[in-house]
Amino acid sequence: MMLAATDIQIAQNIGFGIIAAVMIVAALKVVTSRNVVHAALALVVVMAGAAAQYLLLAAEFVAVAQVLVYVGAVMVLFLFGIMLTRAKLGKDTDLNNKNWGLGIPVALLMLGVMVWVLVDGFEDTKLAEPRPPVSTAAISDSIFTVYLLPFWALSFVLLAAVIGAIVLARKD
Amino acid sequence: MLINNFLLLGAVLFCIGVYGVIARKNAVLVLMSIELILNSVNINLLAFDQLWGNVDGNTFALYIIAVAAGEVGVGLAMVLLIYRNRKTISLDELSEMKG
Repeated sequence: MMLAATDIQIAQNIGFGIIAAVMIVAALKVVTSRNVVHAALALVVVMAGAAAQYLLLAAEFVAVAQVLVYVGAVMVLFLFGIMLTRAKLGKDTDLNNKNWGLGIPVALLMLGVMVWVLVDGFEDTKLAEPRPPVSTAAISDSIFTVYLLPFWALSFVLLAAVIGAIVLARKD
Repeated sequence: MLINNFLLLGAVLFCIGVYGVIARKNAVLVLMSIELILNSVNINLLAFDQLWGNVDGNTFALYIIAVAAGEVGVGLAMVLLIYRNRKTISLDELSEMKG
């Protein structure tokens, strides 16, 4: 098993490695931090790193959507949620369950199974030579022809989410 | 690049998110862990897209982003409602539905 394809796309490999390391460290910070605001800021790093990985995968439009929706909108929602539900913004020792240790073996078991399956299934399959970035026109063709029905369903989901959020959060 | 680079990164992020969902008690932190899981799935979809050379994965990644945004909106509205009624958002104190 190879950890990186050493003969092609050296620069992309190095970039991938750096971004992936930053993302994993920040993700661990999200789930272990004792400070809720720090966890939210670490989540921003993970989201931005994911957008960079999308660019490495030639998915420009999804990368821009990721930055707009996650880094822009969802994180602001999270920060509002933190500030509206907690008076205390500093360290807090009461963020984990009593039996939080149970999560470690579960996560490691899942990781082991997934790594085994992936390494066994894809071995050293290389991504093809970089193709031109996926054009927004091609994505819109896909959305509005083959996947039109899921698009409609998604519209209703968003409408229901907006109405539901207003109904739940308003004071009456 | 190897396809496995991206798939293994997705697997690691997914497992970190699962750990967060299990270990965290604060409802907002559980929602953040769910976002980690959704992002790892997006990385996988786009990697397979690049491998097979089509755009279906891009489409579904966009759908996932939209669903995640709606999920966070409703989830945080529910958290706010619980906080207003109970003055706490610890998930282990919400046990009315326990048999």
